[in-house]
Amino acid sequence: MSDEVNLNRRQFLTKASAAVAGIAIAPGMLLFDFAHGRPLGEPASSTVRWGMLIDTTQCETGCNECVSACSKENGWPEARTSTDVQWIRKVDLKQLSTGRQSSLPMMCQHCAEPPCVDVCPTNASFKRADGIVLVDKHRCIGCRYCMMACPYKARSFVHEPVLDHDSDMPRGKGTVESCTLCVHRVDKGGTPACVEACAKAGHRAILFGDLNDPNSEIYLRIRSVTTSQLRADLGLNPGISFVGL
Amino acid sequence: MTQKTFGQSESRYFYLLVAFGLFIAAMGFGAAHYMEEHGHVVTGMNQQVVWGMPHVFAIFMIVAASGVLNVAAIGSVFGKVAYKGRAPLAGMLSIAMLAGGLAVLMLDLGRPERVIVAATNFNPTSVFAWNLPLYSGLFFFVSLYMWTLLEQRMNHWVKPIGLAVFTWRIILTTGTGLIFAFLVARQAYASAILPPMFLVMSFTWGLAVFHVVQSAMYAWNGKVHDPAILQRMRNLLGIFVIGTLYLVAAYHLTNLYFARQTAFEHFILRDGGIFPCLFWGGYVVFGSLLPLLLIYLPSLGKPRFVVAASLLVILGSFALLYVFIIGGQVFPLSIFPGYEVSSSFGDGQIASYHPSLPEFLLGFGGLAIAFLTTIIGVRVIDSLLPHDAPDRRKDNH
Ligand code: SF4
Ligand code: SF4
Repeated sequence: MSDEVNLNRRQFLTKASAAVAGIAIAPGMLLFDFAHGRPLGEPASSTVRWGMLIDTTQCETGCNECVSACSKENGWPEARTSTDVQWIRKVDLKQLSTGRQSSLPMMCQHCAEPPCVDVCPTNASFKRADGIVLVDKHRCIGCRYCMMACPYKARSFVHEPVLDHDSDMPRGKGTVESCTLCVHRVDKGGTPACVEACAKAGHRAILFGDLNDPNSEIYLRIRSVTTSQLRADLGLNPGISFVGL
Repeated sequence: MTQKTFGQSESRYFYLLVAFGLFIAAMGFGAAHYMEEHGHVVTGMNQQVVWGMPHVFAIFMIVAASGVLNVAAIGSVFGKVAYKGRAPLAGMLSIAMLAGGLAVLMLDLGRPERVIVAATNFNPTSVFAWNLPLYSGLFFFVSLYMWTLLEQRMNHWVKPIGLAVFTWRIILTTGTGLIFAFLVARQAYASAILPPMFLVMSFTWGLAVFHVVQSAMYAWNGKVHDPAILQRMRNLLGIFVIGTLYLVAAYHLTNLYFARQTAFEHFILRDGGIFPCLFWGGYVVFGSLLPLLLIYLPSLGKPRFVVAASLLVILGSFALLYVFIIGGQVFPLSIFPGYEVSSSFGDGQIASYHPSLPEFLLGFGGLAIAFLTTIIGVRVIDSLLPHDAPDRRKDNH
């Protein structure tokens, strides 16, 4: 599997400009390098669009590291019942025509044209200038219309009182929540917890970065390998793309 | 029975009914409070079925609230005197059901106390948000309309205001249909047929509710139906029931035509257990064909058969809405076409939903609000009740 990664890396390196090649001295590090922080109080920039590229050929069936990391980072309990929230979940797939099996992490796709934002009556669902789609928990009235509208089942409704709060991530009974792309980390120049956990487990199936930055690894990879977006027919232009689907 | 003793016992019954209505409404509020206290975990809803039984009740009431105005519209806009006498009752019923339906929708929110947020933060792209001014507008126009009907000096305004009410309600029901039609990713809902389907459903359900309420009030006050009017309204109900059947059939047939939707249709119409049962048995047979039989079989033209037909239509509408709202959610979204999928979040699986007692209580609480509003309204504004025989006025229908 790492052969394939290296092959792809090599491909993009040959295509990349000298400047990029300069930055890409340590390929593994690229996973974390492009998330530059922005000063507090400054609004998100529309020149940036945060996104992810998920390589299903690298994602291991049965591995749950990204899910656990998200749960820990954002303070939601890992799911036991059908009413529990799941900001990120592992989906196992079997291609009907070939029987090929694969696995992938599934979360909010941070659509460029998010239906959840369109339908939200209170503007609690919103998209930041840098493409991250969020819910303002203080404004959400819990109508669940966004959950009906999301084509990816990315959102969860908090069915029970929330006992332990995380100061970074306010949560509350009766409101809707979903993957924030770890906005609190990204704004400080970090990467989402799932990306870090996946790399730590040695899979490197999730690549995070700025889709608009011609020098970013994600930008170059999307242009060098075949990628796809989920339900591209709906025209929502998700910020998450997949390899190997 | 002399007038006096009737009045006395009537009064006693009235307070008994009010007490009954208050009791059910209180149970509804209690259920809502319980749901708010513990969270929606005490309902049958889950992450896959996010709109449950309360939505079935609420959407029935909101759709019927708009449809019942048809009776008024036929009177005021199209000048049929027989219907005109019924317009105030229709207006009252409309306000009552809208209030009941909205109360249920609101109390089912995760954060009902924040409902004011919805009023102050208006998202112009949200169909939900559009519906707010549509609902308040309906309250306003119907109240204005009733004033023009009941206040003699205002009578000459009846026609233009009636027209406004009629137009408004068509937009409102279209808006209700659009709430679903805009859910592009869901096999059950993304259909352009939904707005007209909701419109015709509203005619049918509204008229059925009107029949039932009117008959109850006639019986209550010892009045007799004018057979000619009954005949007309009965035929109208028959036509609406057929119209609804036609649009529901068109909706399913067009869905069957699109390959992406076929699996969903097979589920709803054939393999989905409770859903095909409710659809064919509840909606088609008991909610449509049997009422049609009661309406059109010549030997069965009596008022009580029309009431029975109306009641069946109402029950059938609940079956249809359950299939539409719940069935549409339990069927898995197609996120990965061409793959068999599984996950801890119900991907690729039929979700389960078992409505819980608090949900039913909340729904019935909404009906109780509508019931209370109607009986109190009728009592306060005595002239709401249409007068046919025996004290029948000249009627040029
Ligand atoms: S994936 Fe769903 S929740 Fe996320 S932006 Fe798109 S529509 Fe909204
Ligand atoms: S549940 Fe909250 S975020 Fe979702 S549409 Fe309703 S108000 Fe908006």
